[in-house]
Amino acid sequence: MSDNNYIVSKEILRERRNKNIKKHLTIFVFLLPGLALFISILIAPIAVSLYRSTFDWNGFSEGTFIGIANYVELFTNGSIKFITSLKNAMIIAIFSVFIQLPISLALALLLGRKPKGEKVFLSIFFMPVLISTVVIGQLWLKIYNPDYGLLNRFLDFVHLSQYKHVWVGEIGTALGSIVVPTIWQYIGYHMLLMYAGVKGVSVDLREAAMLDGATKWQVDKYIVIPIIKPILKVSVIFAVTGSLKTYDLVRILTEGGPFQSTEVPSTLLENMLFLRNRYGMGSTITVMLIALCFAFALLISAAFKEKDK
Amino acid sequence: MKFKKSLAYILLGIWALVNLFPIYFMFTFSLKSNDEIFGKNIIGIPKDWLWSNYVSALKTGNMALYFANSLLVTTLAIAISLMAALMATYAITRIPSRLNKYTNAFFMLGLTIPLQASIVPVYVVLSKLHWLNKYSTLIVPYSAFALSMAILICTGFMVDIPIDLDEAARIDGCGLFGTFFKIILPLTKPAFSTVGIYSYLQCWNEFMFANVFISDSKHRTLPVGIKALSGAYTTDWGPIGAALVIATFPTLIVYVFLSRKIQDSFIAGAVKG
Repeated sequence: MSDNNYIVSKEILRERRNKNIKKHLTIFVFLLPGLALFISILIAPIAVSLYRSTFDWNGFSEGTFIGIANYVELFTNGSIKFITSLKNAMIIAIFSVFIQLPISLALALLLGRKPKGEKVFLSIFFMPVLISTVVIGQLWLKIYNPDYGLLNRFLDFVHLSQYKHVWVGEIGTALGSIVVPTIWQYIGYHMLLMYAGVKGVSVDLREAAMLDGATKWQVDKYIVIPIIKPILKVSVIFAVTGSLKTYDLVRILTEGGPFQSTEVPSTLLENMLFLRNRYGMGSTITVMLIALCFAFALLISAAFKEKDK
Repeated sequence: MKFKKSLAYILLGIWALVNLFPIYFMFTFSLKSNDEIFGKNIIGIPKDWLWSNYVSALKTGNMALYFANSLLVTTLAIAISLMAALMATYAITRIPSRLNKYTNAFFMLGLTIPLQASIVPVYVVLSKLHWLNKYSTLIVPYSAFALSMAILICTGFMVDIPIDLDEAARIDGCGLFGTFFKIILPLTKPAFSTVGIYSYLQCWNEFMFANVFISDSKHRTLPVGIKALSGAYTTDWGPIGAALVIATFPTLIVYVFLSRKIQDSFIAGAVKG
């Protein structure tokens, strides 16, 4: 190889490298606004929470490092009510997965059979999703009101007054009064996702099965449901992680009461900041909440994969 | 067979009523006096249409201000997250690099990270900087949390644009920036409404951040405003009903005309996720 050639190839290399640097610089510029937002509001806070969860910290002083003591206290100190809050979130999750999602699926399958007014029904069923949870909560407060609420009035009307309750104020009924609107509001959301899946099943496939003598119910069970399984997975993940994140309805309906029996992790988190000034413990709850959301998302995905085999 | 069919319609009909009744109930009691709500006329059409409830809600209840605040916060949050998402998506999908896969995966973490994740650290930082109780206190976090879904949706639209277009633009002397603004942005316009609708509902109805970060009444958004109002008017239901209607009906009216489009953006958001 002559010297000349060597210089030329070196030049080409340098040019290529410059181009490469320029390209990556451009990429960086394009990513910058997104990365800045994403890292400062989502990623850095997680890192900070993880770090601060090992501190006894009031948010303003330096705080003292206490290792995993917050985590231990979270699970052993009953007065923090973390176990209660987890149990409540799990109860909401169980009702969502086993009551809400089956209703959504049934509605989606029914609409998939092209009844008259299919689109109108679809649009009506999706409506509650668009309404703010705070508004839904206020409406249900008017339904649950012990003196003038629709529910107790209705019970009086049908002569079942002995079943009247102070719905959001009694330990036995408070959690239930949170579960019902939660489930009701998002049935339409899951139905819409499932309906989109049902509509994606090819008409030929349905007709072929019907020609072979399958009933509509058999078509749904053996053809439609297996095909929309990926959507069911998404719905289960949303339902469970959504239950873990519950906040709005608890704040509006019960404020975590009576006697903190309806606390959920998010309301505890807020209490740690504003009532107890325990920012370290608040961070610990945050870390647990994030960990649980990711753990459940992975677990549910794995469970669906296992079933496919 | 006929029996089964009518059973299906009965079920659909009942569920439709269960969904429509609260909206009807909200609207009717927003126009009634306590007398009607508490005794004479619980669920009927109002006898005297008390529009004065709306005046109380808008003026004494400050709902006009809260409405304007919500509108401002939501609009800016959508604009910022959409722009950031479009730029990021362009880099990820159209400038070849080995890192794209990882960048995308990194942003997609945001789909699983709950809003709660940033409450403690963001609250501490904002209060130290005296940055609580401003519009930007909500706008910045809302844009950040809308970002992942926006990128996901934009990716779906952008990968459908043939890469030949970029190459043609480059031959004509367009740089990467020029290509983005002149070629890609106009072609991704359909994504704007899909992203916008999705983020709109997220921000318009958001309650936790707004409740934690905003304590002065001047910067309250609708959900926090409604909570405050219901604390102030515990015995007078009419104005509360009016406030609920003011917060909800604009969305519902738009939905009546754009139901297809709105449903599609939810499907786009979830099914690709």
